[in-house]
This record gives sequence, structure tokens and C-alpha cells, in this order.
Amino acid sequence: MTVTSLGIPRRLLEFTIDGDPVRAPEGSTILDACRSAGKDVPTLCQGDTLTPKNACRVCVVEVEGARTLVPACSRKAEAGMEVRTDTERARHSRKVVLELLASSVDLSTTPEVAGWLKEYEAKPDRFGPDAARVDEQPRIDNDLYVRDYDKCILCYKCVDACGDQWQNTFAISVVGRGFDARIAVEHDGPLTDSACVYCGNCIEVCPTGALSFKSEFDMRAAGTWDESAQTETTTVCAYCGVGCNLTLHVQDNEIVKVTSPHDNPVTHGNLCIKGRFGYQHVQNRD
Amino acid sequence: MDLHFGDSKPTDEERAAIDTLLGPPESSWEGADRSDADLRWARGGREARERRDLLLPGLHAVHDRIGWISEGALDYLCRRLTVPPAEAYGVATFYAMFSVKPRPATVLHVCTDLACAAAGASDLCAGVEARLGLGSGVSVERSPCLGLCERAPAALVVKAGDPVRTAVSAPATVERAVLAASAPDSAPEEPPAALAVPQAGDPSLMLLNRVGVVDPASLDDYRAHGGYTALRQAFAIGPAGVIREVTDAGLVGRGGAAFPTGRKWQATASQPDHPHYLVCNADESEPGTFKDRVVMEGDPYSLVEAMTIAAYAVGAHKGYLYLRGEYPRALRRMEHAIGQARARGLLGDDVLGQGYAFDIEIRRGAGAYICGEETALFNSIEGYRGEPRSKPPFPVEKGLFGKPTAENNVETLVNVLPILTMGAPAYAAIGTGTSTGPKLFCVSGSVERPGIYELPFGATLGELLELAGVRDRLRAVLLGGAAGGFVRPDELDIPLTFEGTRAAGTTLGSGVVLTFDDTVPLPRLLLRIAEFFRDESCGQCVPCRVGTVRQEEALHRIVERTGADAAADITLLREVGRAMKDASICGLGQTAWNAVESAIDRLGAYE
Repeated sequence: MTVTSLGIPRRLLEFTIDGDPVRAPEGSTILDACRSAGKDVPTLCQGDTLTPKNACRVCVVEVEGARTLVPACSRKAEAGMEVRTDTERARHSRKVVLELLASSVDLSTTPEVAGWLKEYEAKPDRFGPDAARVDEQPRIDNDLYVRDYDKCILCYKCVDACGDQWQNTFAISVVGRGFDARIAVEHDGPLTDSACVYCGNCIEVCPTGALSFKSEFDMRAAGTWDESAQTETTTVCAYCGVGCNLTLHVQDNEIVKVTSPHDNPVTHGNLCIKGRFGYQHVQNRD
Repeated sequence: MDLHFGDSKPTDEERAAIDTLLGPPESSWEGADRSDADLRWARGGREARERRDLLLPGLHAVHDRIGWISEGALDYLCRRLTVPPAEAYGVATFYAMFSVKPRPATVLHVCTDLACAAAGASDLCAGVEARLGLGSGVSVERSPCLGLCERAPAALVVKAGDPVRTAVSAPATVERAVLAASAPDSAPEEPPAALAVPQAGDPSLMLLNRVGVVDPASLDDYRAHGGYTALRQAFAIGPAGVIREVTDAGLVGRGGAAFPTGRKWQATASQPDHPHYLVCNADESEPGTFKDRVVMEGDPYSLVEAMTIAAYAVGAHKGYLYLRGEYPRALRRMEHAIGQARARGLLGDDVLGQGYAFDIEIRRGAGAYICGEETALFNSIEGYRGEPRSKPPFPVEKGLFGKPTAENNVETLVNVLPILTMGAPAYAAIGTGTSTGPKLFCVSGSVERPGIYELPFGATLGELLELAGVRDRLRAVLLGGAAGGFVRPDELDIPLTFEGTRAAGTTLGSGVVLTFDDTVPLPRLLLRIAEFFRDESCGQCVPCRVGTVRQEEALHRIVERTGADAAADITLLREVGRAMKDASICGLGQTAWNAVESAIDRLGAYE
């Protein structure tokens, strides 16, 4: 029998969200409380397996008494707090942030963003045709994955997943400053010259598709990528004895990418190069 | 941690520069040739990683000697400190003064910021660039404010070597700047710091009373002029007594945020977690600000003494002085003063024979305005990119190295000396009820006598400008620097207090008073401010990273437009500005639109 640690019982904090009283365990973020109260706040840089960097600022909400808006993803709930998620002020900032992002990077593969742009009536085009863009070409320097920084919103999730939050490889970092900041390996070289171990855990957390499997990148380029035609089958990795769950994404009877469930207690969504990329033998039909 | 290093090797000179700082490597695990013993056990681990904070000094060591940071040098430094090369590359590329591409050993930084722009920096730049083209051995870089506004336009020469040489040319002409760049050693000595203090010698001064009076190199001279009486008083009344005096005196932070210093110290002192740290923020980078430089250059021991008192109050035994990289003379003076104080038992294991241990380490910035933000400064000292952290937790709880930290500006700290020598009630009687004590103002631009002025809080803007000899045809006054706000020439009765400027809808900030006459086109100034924020945004959060770019683009479009032609872009600026103010992580993004907004609303910049 697996013993599940329940931990120390946590106090419940009482506060209000949009005027409605809510209760959340101590240590919860405003976002946790919002989601359990059934109110959704858009997020990009927040990830279920990572400590949020709160860099994207689309989840900002208004807290009574605070001078500025606060990021729901990382601000801890406090007793007596009055949170408002849908004020004109919060909506304005979300709208402008979405416009700033959509006018500078390619959000075409970012899930949900099209809906948010519509919901907040964002008009990224209003910065004019000469508005500066990140303007990067996809970097294809290995057979496993592609870094298309034209889609990068600099959410820091890949850096955190590669660094001290999961993989401890520290192959990538944010380099440069301001609008010129990019994700890069040392000396901005190719991935093959870096400390990268090709675990693909950065792809797992990338919210925009800037990091993708080479297989997905190629199929998208060829116009054959069709998520609706894919099945997902979760199994156990056969390489070693750790017992990682693998979710095989299959289209037309071919594995097109491999992920791992984020709630799996062994992987938390992470895999190694073998589990993530070593699937070719399964479909080697010769 | 799984470190991976490339094949690049450091040159002998690069290796020597790093080894001078860190000592020779002890095993192949940190960069020495491999010995038999190295094959049997792995060294490094936690102990080596704990030296991460030496990354920035290491980058400086290479840059000072060579003039740029090569792959081999960076990799070697990473081996020595067990730092992943990707992270170190991220840190090296964060700072404007570092280059990771080959560059001539001599760099001439020409200030193109507000005060210098008004004093003809663009002609200076064009002239210098024409003379020092490719092959001249000098790289000319346009720089944000160098903190030499009283002698605008200014240029700073840094010539890499052993030792690194620096020279300042201010006020600079093309001829003088080129000469300084070609031979920094034979450039004329900078005028004494007292020249930046028009009131120097006035016995009523409390903060600047020693500037120009004492020899900044002489500890004896400092003591002969009242030095170290405040520290004796501190030891007499104890740490709680010092905090009580500072609280009763009503001292608030002079760096711009005006937070009560006593409360900050009390909160730090009462934290159970140890050790506590004291950090002095001398990363004075707000365009138009140069007060801390003048204090450090003219009266360096006062800062050493003030830091000792502050550390004693909050229970810290280690203090860091984070000094901006563009201040070579302040660095030399502070290094000398700290060395002298250490040699004379005023720093070290037993300060003044009182059984209290305290020492100060200087950390040099490398060209990043954002590192003046308190938490960004911690990251910079710790060897990470100088990006602000989210608050809470606040520094008093989790600051430098995650420990309770009191961080104060130079001017705030030196105010502690008169508080202790004259007593809190007498100090609190100066100024107004809520803004107590004296305040330093950095006056530059269109005035006869630019410099640092010390006035009690409550003097009006007009009184200050009269003292400085404001010239005719005043068009605008910028209070608080790029993050501050413009006021009109008919608003000179604004009292220079925190509450007075707030009531007038503007800000005192760090005490910048930049005056402009009508020869300077306002839209150009606004564009320069927008460029400044675009360049200095760290890039962490979207509103600031992209918002500052969109702000600059819009201001660029309307630089020659007014009225209805500018209306659409002004609406855009307002919307982006509001989001930057509301949703940015730190004060940089939150204030990046202030000056532009005030110019539109108060000065009618595009009408």
C-alpha cells in the first residue's frame, strides 16, 4: 500500500473574490482560490509544475489597498483580502499585455490566446506596421527539437525547468536585456555545443509552442499536424525501472510526440531523452 | 548540477586576471591541470557553489584586464566558481558595460542623457565618432547618464589593462575627449568634488559640511572635523537606542521611495533568521542624480562611519557597498577609506574596541539602472542577472542571500550622523512636520551654478533655483529624474518636501532638479527618456519589456507633430502607460511613463 502523506492540516483563510466570500487553505495563491471558486483568470507563464515567475502579467487582479495590480499566480491569499478579478483596471492591463505580446511575437500556436484577444478586445495592429517584433528564425540544430524564438514570450518556464526546479542541467538562460533579451545557451551557440541533455522537459512546459518536437515542427510546416486526429495513450516507459508514465500522441498510427502526465507522482511531467524521444523502434516496420 | 564546458581555453592573461581575484585553482575540478588525486575524489559541490557571488567581480576582473569577455575566459571563470556557463553568459550579457565580443581595449563612454543632451552631447558624439573611427583603437559608446551633470557634457574613458585606467572628461569638448581617450594617463586630473558643491565651506551645512574642507584621503582630518563622534554615541546608546533615535528623527529614505528608515531597521533587527546584512545602495543611476558620488568623493569616511552605525543597529556584521560601475573616482576613494578604517580598527573584528565586528565589501555595478532597485541589487551581488524579485517577501525578511537585510541609499545613511550627534529632537525640528532634516538636491541644466545643494526640507523650488542662478527663458523643470515628472516655470512655489510635491501631483524622487530652457525641444527630451527606459528595462515582465519599446516608437512618430496629428499616438501612450504603471513588476516599469505623462498634461508638450 502506498502511504500518502497528508501533511500538517492547513488553516483556511477567508477572503472575498469579486464580493463573494471564499475559503482557501493557507499558502494558496489567489489563482488557486479563483480556480476553485470557478473563476478563470488567463495565465501564460504560470505552470502547474513550476513556481511561477509572474513575468507575463496577464493574470493581474486588483487587491483592495494595493497600489498596483497583483499577479494572481504568485500572490498568496491573505485573510480578509478583497480581490477583484474583472474590474476595468485589471481588464485594461490584461488587454494591453495581450496586445504587446501579440504585436511582438507569433502567438499562432499558443492555446487559448485567440479567445482572450477577442474577449479583451485586444487590437495588436494598432501599434502600426513598423512596431518592433522579436523577429527570430527557427533554430534547427539537432534532430529532436526546434527552438522557434519568434514565438517566445520569455516566460522563463524552460529556464526554470532546465535549471533548479527540475532538470538541474542549466543549459539555457535568459541572455541580453530588455526587448533584446532571448533564451540561449552559453555563447548563444547551437544546442549541440551546450550542456543540453535533450530531456525535452523545456518543451513540456513551453506555453507558446516556441519549443517543439522536430516531428511536430515538420508536420506543422507540411500542414499535416492535426491534433483532432490524434489519440493519447498513457503507458509506462520500458527503458528502466523508474516507472515513468508516457503519454503517446499518435496520429495516423505514428507516434508524433511523447509527453508525461503532470500529475504523475514519478515524473511531474518530466522525462529523460529515452522516454521522450526514444520511440522510433516502436514504429520501425522494416 | 551537471556542468558542461566547451573546448575554449583562456589566454594566460585572462587566467591571470581571474586567479588574481580568486587565488590559484586547487584542483582540476576548478580549472587546474589534472592530478592523480583529482581522479580519486571530486571537489567542489556546495562549498564551490557558495562562491557564486564572485561571478560579477570575476567578470570585472577579466573585463578590466582585457576589455572584453571571451568564451575561454567565461568558461574558466565558470569552472573556478562552479557556475553553469549558460547562466554566466546570461549575467555577462545583462550589463551594458560588458562586451562578449572583441572590442578595443579603450572605450569612450559619451553621455547622451538629459543634462548632457541639453549641453550639446549630440555634437560632441558626432565629433568624437568622426575622429575615433575604426582603427583608432577606441570604441565610442553612447551612454546613459554618467552622473557628471554639473559638468555636462561628460565622457568617461575606460582603458583595459593591468591596472585598468580611467579618465573623465567633463565638460568635454571633442578635442579633450579624444585626448583623454588616446592617453587616459595624461588626462588632466578631475576637479575636486567640492567644485560640485557651490555651498562648500558653509558651516551650517549638515551633510556636506566636510566636502571641500577635509582631505578625502585623510582619516585624521575626518576625525578632526567631528568624524566618529556619531559612532561613539551609537555604542553609548546601543542598537535599540540608535533605531529609536532614527525613528524619532523621522528619517525617511532618500533614494526616492521615502520609506521610514527607523521602521526598516527595526524590522530587520527583529528578524530571528541570521546573519543579517547591511547593503548600501550607491548604484546611483537615475539620470540627473550625482549627490551620492559627491558625498563619496568628497567625504568618503562619513559613509564608512554611517554604514557601521546602521549595521550595528540592525545586527549585521557584514556590509556591502554596491557602487555603480561608472564612478571610478568614488570607487578609489571608498576603497582607500575602507582600507584606512580597517587598518585603524574602525572596521574589523573589534570596531573601536567595543567588541563589535563589522566589515564592508565593495561590489561594483557594470552599467544597469535596474540594479538600483533593491531586490535587483541583491541578485546582482549574488551573481545572478540583476532582475527584480517579486515582493513580498520584503528585504527586511528575505533580502541578500535570502537573509534579513537593511538596504539604504548613501544619502539616507549619512543623515544618521547628524541625527546621533545632535539628537533626534533637534534633527526633527529641521524641515517640515513630515519631511524632516536636510535634503540634497542635484541641480543641473540651465543654471549658472549647477551642483549639489543642501537645503532643509520645505524650501521651495524657486528658492533652490534662485540659489543655483536659474537662467532666463526657463521652459521646464524635471523633478526626480527620468522616473520623475516635469513641472512648469510658473510652479516654482512648490515646496520641496515629499508631501508638498505629492500634493502638487509630482514627485521629489531622489532629489533631481533638471532645468531646461526653450532651446531644447521638449519632444526630443521625451524621446531620450523613452530611449533610456527601453535600454534599461531588464526584460523580465511584458508591460515594461514591450511597453517601453511601444512608448519610444510612439514618441518617435510624434516628435515633429502636434495637436490632432499627435492625438492618436497620445491616446496609445496613455493606454500603454497605464498598463505599465499598474502591471509592471518593479518601479522601473511603473514609473517609465511618468515623465512623458507629466510633459503632456502639465507642459502641453504636443499642443
